Amino acid sequence: MNIIMNIGYLLASFSFITGLKLMSSPKHASKGNTIAAVGMLIAILSVFTGIISEKINYTNLGIILTAIVLGIVVGKQMAFKVKMTGMPQMVSLLNATGGGCAMLLGWIEAIQINTAIAIGPQILLNLGTITGAIAFSGSIIAYLKLSGKLKDRNSLFINVISKILVIICIALPIAFAASVLPISFFHLTLILLGLGLLYGIIFVMPIGGADMPVVISLLNSITGIATALAGLLYDNKTMIAGGIFVGAAGIFLTILMCKAMNRSLWKVIAGSNKSKQQGAQTSQQQVIQETNVSETVTKLLLSKKIGIVPGYGMAVAQAQHTCFQLQKLLQGQDKTLDYIIHPVAGRMPGHMNVLLAEAKIDYDYLKEMHEANDYIQEYDLLLVIGANDVVNPVAETNPESSIYGMPIIKAHLSKNVIVFKRSMNPGYAGIANELFEKENCQLLFGDAQTNLQEIVEQLKVLN
Amino acid sequence: MEFLQNNLEAIYIVLLCIFIGIEVLSNVPSVLHTPLMSGANAISGVITIGAIAMVLNLPEDAHIGILILGGIAVFLGTLNIAGGFLVTRRMLRMFTTKSN
Repeated sequence: MNIIMNIGYLLASFSFITGLKLMSSPKHASKGNTIAAVGMLIAILSVFTGIISEKINYTNLGIILTAIVLGIVVGKQMAFKVKMTGMPQMVSLLNATGGGCAMLLGWIEAIQINTAIAIGPQILLNLGTITGAIAFSGSIIAYLKLSGKLKDRNSLFINVISKILVIICIALPIAFAASVLPISFFHLTLILLGLGLLYGIIFVMPIGGADMPVVISLLNSITGIATALAGLLYDNKTMIAGGIFVGAAGIFLTILMCKAMNRSLWKVIAGSNKSKQQGAQTSQQQVIQETNVSETVTKLLLSKKIGIVPGYGMAVAQAQHTCFQLQKLLQGQDKTLDYIIHPVAGRMPGHMNVLLAEAKIDYDYLKEMHEANDYIQEYDLLLVIGANDVVNPVAETNPESSIYGMPIIKAHLSKNVIVFKRSMNPGYAGIANELFEKENCQLLFGDAQTNLQEIVEQLKVLN
Repeated sequence: MEFLQNNLEAIYIVLLCIFIGIEVLSNVPSVLHTPLMSGANAISGVITIGAIAMVLNLPEDAHIGILILGGIAVFLGTLNIAGGFLVTRRMLRMFTTKSN
């Protein structure tokens, strides 16, 4: 029976790689997801083949099957109920469940181990428990923060505590190994589990809202690492492979997000805020040109190649559906409308793309920042909706600025720009946007959704 | 040292998987980052098979508390898998193009 189990595991590992590989193209991504899911099913069935030859303990089997059915039912409910704007919360919550599973696994194993085990498995078990605990509590805090139930808290106190925690987490096992501590292995694991939970909370607590995409990616990869550690403990290759792939995916996205925001990973983790001095610049009066809806409509009629730069604000206002209507109208008049998307638009990596896809916007019209920047001067008109810092030329011109070096969408190089804005308030970085002062830039004040709807109405009449 | 010796095979797997993972993922366009992340999240639910194996192997006289903890572990893992794959599927189905 062992051979069937191992072949099952092999198939599962292979389907995980294949699934991830297919996920790199929008056309095959759905198939990739299905393949990975089938692989998971094979892995789970394989576990059960391992016991067929042994005496079956029906109580335990009953508990497992009940847990699985409950998990599927609740998971299905969550997956179908969640709104697309709530996707970051959903991913955090699911990540917490994975971390929680790893944490409980370590806990139970530690209870089971009565006789002394070798130092290697001891380290694996403890590392797995700590990482699981960090992923669990960290993800829950991330979930609470993303759903607005918890505010950022940052203080020197939290900073110091987190450093002390790291030191204790390293020192305790060493002291235990040196037989200085008069506690059992089980108690050590339990203490480390508690410390891990506490560290997860303290780790995510001070991290600012705009840095959330980085944190979600990072927590995701921590869960992956916890899974891989458990795999090493059980010498289960599928768990190792699956865990490492997820760990790699998480780290990869984390680094990508850091680059896109021009923040070092260390600064995000340390929760350091941007220096306040730059904020003072906003008090300077800016000379801007204001425009109105009918002028915008005229400009749209005169333009051939049009682009929209969306930000999270647009998604919150649910204005993407109106964008879709606008796109249909303009395409009917033989104009093109693209969406130019900054990598950190939204609350998690690629979030904006999902939100636009929900509004049935074809992904062929979604352009990546770097791609669009190469020919941005060809755009007759750019509409910036709910985005601010990501189009601020200061990032390229002023080395003093806190966002200097952050890659931006070079909207100022296009022929005309209209920025949809609620008020003159600065964006998240708290600095004035030089784009607004440019000669080719005009501002349309008011609610983006209302203004867009008005524009669509007027265009319809003119048609 | 002894630990390294005994687990050499596993360490090879870890190293190779890191490279495969990075290689496979470096081509993912940003359009797909969110589904990729929730899909990867679902894959990390493979920890469930560890939880299942552990509960299956618990002795018959195991304390009821341990059994309940084990059940919760399996539940959380399955929730991770089911929720992750289903929500990824829902997202990916929205990605449409002219050619479809």
